[in-house]
Amino acid sequence: MSNIPDNLKYSKDHEWLLVDGDTATLGITDYAQDSLGDVVYVELPNEGENFNAHDAFGSVESVKAVSEIFTPVAGEIVSSNEDLNDTPEVVNDDPYGDGWMVKIKMDNSGEADALLSAEEYAEFLESEED
Amino acid sequence: MSIKKVTQHPTQNEALIFERSQTGRVGYRLPELDVEETPIEEIVPSEFLRDDDLEGLPEVSEVDVVRHFTRMSTWNFSIDLGMYPLGSCTMKYNSRLNEKVARIAGFLNHHPLAPEAESQGALKLMYTLQEDLAEITGLPGVSLQPAAGAHGEMTGVMIIRAALDKRDGEASKERRVMLVPDSAHGTNPASAKLAGFTVKTIRSTKDGFTDMDHLRELCDEGGIAGLMLTNPSTVGIFEKNIREICDAIHDAGGLVYMDGANMNALVGVARPGDMGVDVIHLNLHKTFSTPHGGGGPGCGPCCCTAELEPFLPVPRVVKEGESYRLDSDQPNTIGRVKAFFGNFGMMVRALAYIQTHGDSGLREATETAVLNARYISHFLQEDYEKPFEADPMHEVILSHKKQARKGVHTLDIGKRLIDYGFHPMTVYFPLIVDGAMLIEPTESVGRQELDTFVDAMKSIAKETIEDPDLVINAPHTTRIGRLDEATAARKPVLRWKPDMETSAKSA
Repeated sequence: MSNIPDNLKYSKDHEWLLVDGDTATLGITDYAQDSLGDVVYVELPNEGENFNAHDAFGSVESVKAVSEIFTPVAGEIVSSNEDLNDTPEVVNDDPYGDGWMVKIKMDNSGEADALLSAEEYAEFLESEED
Repeated sequence: MSIKKVTQHPTQNEALIFERSQTGRVGYRLPELDVEETPIEEIVPSEFLRDDDLEGLPEVSEVDVVRHFTRMSTWNFSIDLGMYPLGSCTMKYNSRLNEKVARIAGFLNHHPLAPEAESQGALKLMYTLQEDLAEITGLPGVSLQPAAGAHGEMTGVMIIRAALDKRDGEASKERRVMLVPDSAHGTNPASAKLAGFTVKTIRSTKDGFTDMDHLRELCDEGGIAGLMLTNPSTVGIFEKNIREICDAIHDAGGLVYMDGANMNALVGVARPGDMGVDVIHLNLHKTFSTPHGGGGPGCGPCCCTAELEPFLPVPRVVKEGESYRLDSDQPNTIGRVKAFFGNFGMMVRALAYIQTHGDSGLREATETAVLNARYISHFLQEDYEKPFEADPMHEVILSHKKQARKGVHTLDIGKRLIDYGFHPMTVYFPLIVDGAMLIEPTESVGRQELDTFVDAMKSIAKETIEDPDLVINAPHTTRIGRLDEATAARKPVLRWKPDMETSAKSA
C-alpha cells in the first residue's frame, strides 16, 4: 500500500500539495513514483513562469516512459528543486520530502481546498485499481 | 568438485577492442619500397595531414578484429534467430530474395547523381512502387523520400500545414490545433509540435476506442488543423468509427493524417483512402519487410489525396510516355525532405516484397498476421489480463495486472521471455494501459512457433504463482543478467577512456 501522508492535498493526476499560506509545495505521490519506476530525469520550469490550473509544468522521465506533471492550482513558480538535476532518484526515495518539485505562489489558494484529502485520495486509488 | 562459470573467457565476457590492444601489433606489413620514398608532406597538403600521433587507437591484428566482432555478433538476438514479437514494430522476416534483388549490380552501384537517361531502371522501379503504394492505400499522391516513420509523419503534417496555409491564407494562423489520441506513438505529438501545431489530446474510451464525445467537444473548441490517428490503434484495435472520425475533422475544417505503423493489419483488405484519410505515411521497414531494428535504414513514404499531391516533396518521379524523369517544378511543394531520393535500397526490397506476394499474397499475409495475433490472444487471456474486449487486429495487448499481485511486473515477464528463447514483447507501451505488454507475432511464424510462444507465456504465468523470484531475477541464461538501466540513464558513460573500469576487467 502506498504512503499517503495526512497533512497533504492530492490531485487525481497523482500530485501532492503542501499548502503554507498562499504558497504550495508540489511533488508527485508515492503511488506515482512507484508506477513510473526508476526516475532518471526531471524537467522543471524556471522561477517566474506562470501556469493555469491543470497545465503541464514539467515532465518526469523514468526507465519506462516520459510523463507530464500537472499543477492542480494556478500560480507563479517561486522555486524549482534544482537538486533533482543531479539526483533524480530522490523522487523515488523520498517523494514527499527531498523529492519535492516546485513551490508555486497560488493565484487563488481556494483552489487547493477543492483538492482531495489523504482519505479521498486513498479511496480514489482503490477505485482506480478495479 | 565444483564447476564454475569462467567469466573471463572471451565467449562469456568480451573485452573492448581497446583493451585487446598490444603495442606494436599490426594487421599487415607492407614490403619494402623498391623506389625512392617521397616524403608524404610533398604529396599531401599540410591541412590534410594529421598532427596527432594516433595514441589510444587499438593496435590489433586482423584476426583479433574479426574474432572480436564475430563473437559480439553472436550475442545479439535477431529476426533470423526466432520470433521477435515486439508490438508496433512489425518484426517480420526479411526474405533472402529481397536481399538478393537489392544486390543486383545495376541497383546497388547506381550513383544517385547519374543522369536521368542512365537511371531509367531505378526511376521505373520508384514509379512502380509509388503506383503500388497508391493502390494499397487508396491515396494517389506518393513520395518515397522520407527516411523512416517519424520522418514520414513530419512530412505528412508539413503537407497539412502547407495545404491549410494555401487554402486559408492569413486565417490559417488561427488553425493550429492538432488532435492526437492518448494512445498515440510519442512521435506523433513531437512531429505536430515541430510543424508548428499545438497538440490537444483525445481520450480513449474504456473499450479502447477514440472517445467520440471528447473528439466532438475538442472540434467545437475550434482552430482544428487536423488529427493524427493510428488505425488499428496502438492497442491493436480497429477504430470502427473511422469514417465518423474523419467526417468530424473534415467538418471542423481540418485534415486527417494516419500513422501507418499498423498497416500490416490492413494491406490488401482495407484502404485508408476509402476511410477518409487525407495523408498517411507507410513504414516500408515494417509492413513491407525491409530490414530494421539495427538491420538497415528505414523508409517512410508519404501517400496523400489528389488534393494534397501538389504539396508533396520534390523531386517527384513522373512518367512521360515510356520514360521517367524527376520533376521539381512544383510551386506548392513543401520542398525536399531528404538528400537525393530517399533510401533507395529499401524501395528495391519493398517492391520485391510486393511483387513476389501479388494481390492475393499481400491479403493473405495480412490475414495471417491478424489470425496469429488472435491465436495468441485466445490462448493467453486466461493467464494474463486482456484490458480491452475487442478482438485484436495484428497485435494483442495484455497487462501484468494479475502478475503484479505477486510482485511480478511487465519488465520481469519480458526478461523471463528471453530465457525461453524469444525476444521480449514491447513493454509499457501504449501508456494508457498500466503494465502494458504489446505482442505482435506477424505472419512470419507458423502454428508450431506460436504454440511454443503461448506455452512459454503460460509457463511464466505459472512461475509467477509458484516461484515469483525466478521471474523477478530473470534472465538466467544470458551472459549478463539485469543491467542497471536507471544508473545508465542517470549517469550515462558514452565514451571509453583509458584506465576505465569495465565489466570485462572487473569480472
